[in-house]
Amino acid sequence: MSIDLSQFFEVFFEESFEGLDTMEAELLNLVPGEEDLETINTIFRAAHSIKGGSGTFGFSSVADFTHVLETLLDQIRQGERELSTEHVNLLLKAVDCLRGLLAALQADQATDLTEANALRMQFEHVLEKKDNVLESKPQNEAVLSTSNTYQINFKPHHHLFKTGNEPLYMISELAELGELKTTVFYDSVPDITELSYDECFLHWRFFLNTSHDEKAIKEVFEWVEDDADITVELCVRSFDDEQPASISDHNHDLVLSEQPEKLEKITTLPAKSKPSSNKDKKVASAPESTSIRVGIDKVDSLINMVGELVITQAMLNQLSEQEITSTTITSLKEGLAQLAHNTRDLQENVMRIRMLPINFVFSRFPRLVRDIAQKLNKKVELKLIGEQTELDKTVMEKISDPMVHLLRNSLDHGLETVDQRVLAGKNPVGIVTLNAFHQGGNIVIEIMDDGQGLNTKKIKEKAIANELITADSNLTDNEINELIFMPGFSTMDEVSELSGRGVGMDVVKRNIQSLNGSVEVTSAPGIGSTFTIRLPLTLAILDGQLVKVAQHTYIIPLISIVESLQIDITKVSRVGKDLDVLRLRDEYIPILRLYAIFNHQNAIESLDKTLLVVVETDNQKVGLLVDDLLSQQQVVIKSLEANYHKVDGVSGATILGDGRVSLIVDISGLIKLSGLKKPGSQELTIETQATLEAL
Amino acid sequence: MKKILAVDDSASMRQMVSFTLKTAGFDVIEAKDGSEALAIAKQQDFDVVISDVNMPIMDGITLIRELRGLPNYKFTPLLMLTTESGLEKKVEGKAAGATGWIVKPFNPEQLLAVIKKVIR
Repeated sequence: MSIDLSQFFEVFFEESFEGLDTMEAELLNLVPGEEDLETINTIFRAAHSIKGGSGTFGFSSVADFTHVLETLLDQIRQGERELSTEHVNLLLKAVDCLRGLLAALQADQATDLTEANALRMQFEHVLEKKDNVLESKPQNEAVLSTSNTYQINFKPHHHLFKTGNEPLYMISELAELGELKTTVFYDSVPDITELSYDECFLHWRFFLNTSHDEKAIKEVFEWVEDDADITVELCVRSFDDEQPASISDHNHDLVLSEQPEKLEKITTLPAKSKPSSNKDKKVASAPESTSIRVGIDKVDSLINMVGELVITQAMLNQLSEQEITSTTITSLKEGLAQLAHNTRDLQENVMRIRMLPINFVFSRFPRLVRDIAQKLNKKVELKLIGEQTELDKTVMEKISDPMVHLLRNSLDHGLETVDQRVLAGKNPVGIVTLNAFHQGGNIVIEIMDDGQGLNTKKIKEKAIANELITADSNLTDNEINELIFMPGFSTMDEVSELSGRGVGMDVVKRNIQSLNGSVEVTSAPGIGSTFTIRLPLTLAILDGQLVKVAQHTYIIPLISIVESLQIDITKVSRVGKDLDVLRLRDEYIPILRLYAIFNHQNAIESLDKTLLVVVETDNQKVGLLVDDLLSQQQVVIKSLEANYHKVDGVSGATILGDGRVSLIVDISGLIKLSGLKKPGSQELTIETQATLEAL
Repeated sequence: MKKILAVDDSASMRQMVSFTLKTAGFDVIEAKDGSEALAIAKQQDFDVVISDVNMPIMDGITLIRELRGLPNYKFTPLLMLTTESGLEKKVEGKAAGATGWIVKPFNPEQLLAVIKKVIR
């Protein structure tokens, strides 16, 4: 029997990582002195499963390492050892270490055991068992070159059958070890009236000529040691010379006489070779893949939906075979409406497959916060809200790092030290809240702290020192706060180990923007700061507003549109050479002429006959001049880079219902292009546009 | 075909046990904890039950005790999957009515060898 264990590796890794996540989460819940037994049991179970699995699948380094933490956990579980913070710290480190080991094994890389061994020493130190843990298992079963004969007496207790054991199988097993002669004794079989079918009244004596040792024989009876009288003795006599002891003198009723006969057959059983291996049945191991776990309900609803789609298709098919009358037209329309409905449902459900609860990112944070708080010597409580909010897997993977950065920032710069908090009359324990929720087609993630808030004065000084703004700039508090997202900005006098490693908030902002998202900050001195990240639920689909510019259709991301309006020409004034601004309530909105930026002819140029779409990005509002507003629809984003090359002012393209290619405008790119931020604009030539349409 | 119920909360162990036994020609039904196994065992009969010990919701020892109490499982071989450290579990399991145990880690060959102790 040869089974390729590697086919189970992927499941093993997946569940081990899940187990480690569970361990970590539960460890963080542990408060030494008031630990909950169920929590410890859960942690123990996870460690135990990893140990069992890794041993079975041949990852002995993991199994050995898990053994020490399992031992510690078991002692705590049994109440033999009191849980201390040191234990929790050590166990958390072990979780990290195991994660590393397993990841290396999963990637088929060599494992680095330096850390594991160091940690193991620490565990052993804690366990005060420095000597006996490292000791390797003794080599079992030294194969004897010569064969020996053993005399075995086996007298099961009456209740043996009730344990599910069957003496016949044991005798067969014994026969496999060598040449076996069996004698059965039925002297204790009672009278037929007292005979009970579920009790064992027979006992046996065997002579076994085998090359195996006594241990192998005892193993046969291992399960029934307590349910039978068993003796195993090495015989000096040679097997062949000696007749087995004769059947007992007691001459009872021979009702059961067939029983010994049955056993006689067994005595002649030769030592069997192992069953032939099923090598041809070997299953190809699953290829390594980045997999995604999908709930059965999601798959079921997909299957359901496809079923409905098939029915609709069949209905339409049937209609197409009929003659066209007014009734068939009506049914056709109904069918198409049904089809549209099915398609939309299907699309939504397919998108749901890629959606995972944001908990996948959030779950890392309790640990992070604990570690950072310990380092900073601050007291922090982390609150997680909306952990089940779903988000596209890719977006999730990419948002993790910026979130870590923001969180560190809140802990490091936002929250005060215990002393400062007490002095300010606040609770010494600072609260950091992560809140995720859906809003429109977006997911919003808020990172709130109840710390000191942003110091606008200090920010402004720093910005002036760094020449980001001039000393006479008249900025609102909000605008000052936004400065922290500027490249090359840091208010900490010393670069902190935690959040100041050269990666500034500008990188955070850039990363989030690359996901079509935005980040902003609000802050109140002494009360705290809130960072709000807004992200599209998926990168593949965008809610767009279709607009007409000359004869072309462009798409503006709906998320960035503030409002659309007709221009009141009296409120437009010209600034500089060719920039028009519109006074809208209290703000001045620069007007960007899309036709000019994209270099189109024949567009409506007069301001009072066109429409203005006010969009906002990076806290800057601009108005985009368009000929007309068309419909709003979800569009599937096709990358321009993949099909053509990057074009400034355009974030991607899509294919419209009529088959034409339409470009999705990139607002911040447009602002750059228009020269509002940087002098010298590039122009998208009409040739580029034509090439794109030909794609 | 002999029917075996394989109970383990770890999917990889369950799949390994199940695959090994299926390859050897047994019919295998899987359950992920004791209570699920008990529910299944009440609906259909099995020739052998192999159960992990440490499981959430209902552990293996409780499962064995419950099963042994059912008329249809009075003589059925009930095996535990234990680790070498779980000696006291063996005693506890035997008291609950377990037939025997398989010590983790084990390989498919060892599993089949052990199964042969109770089913042929």
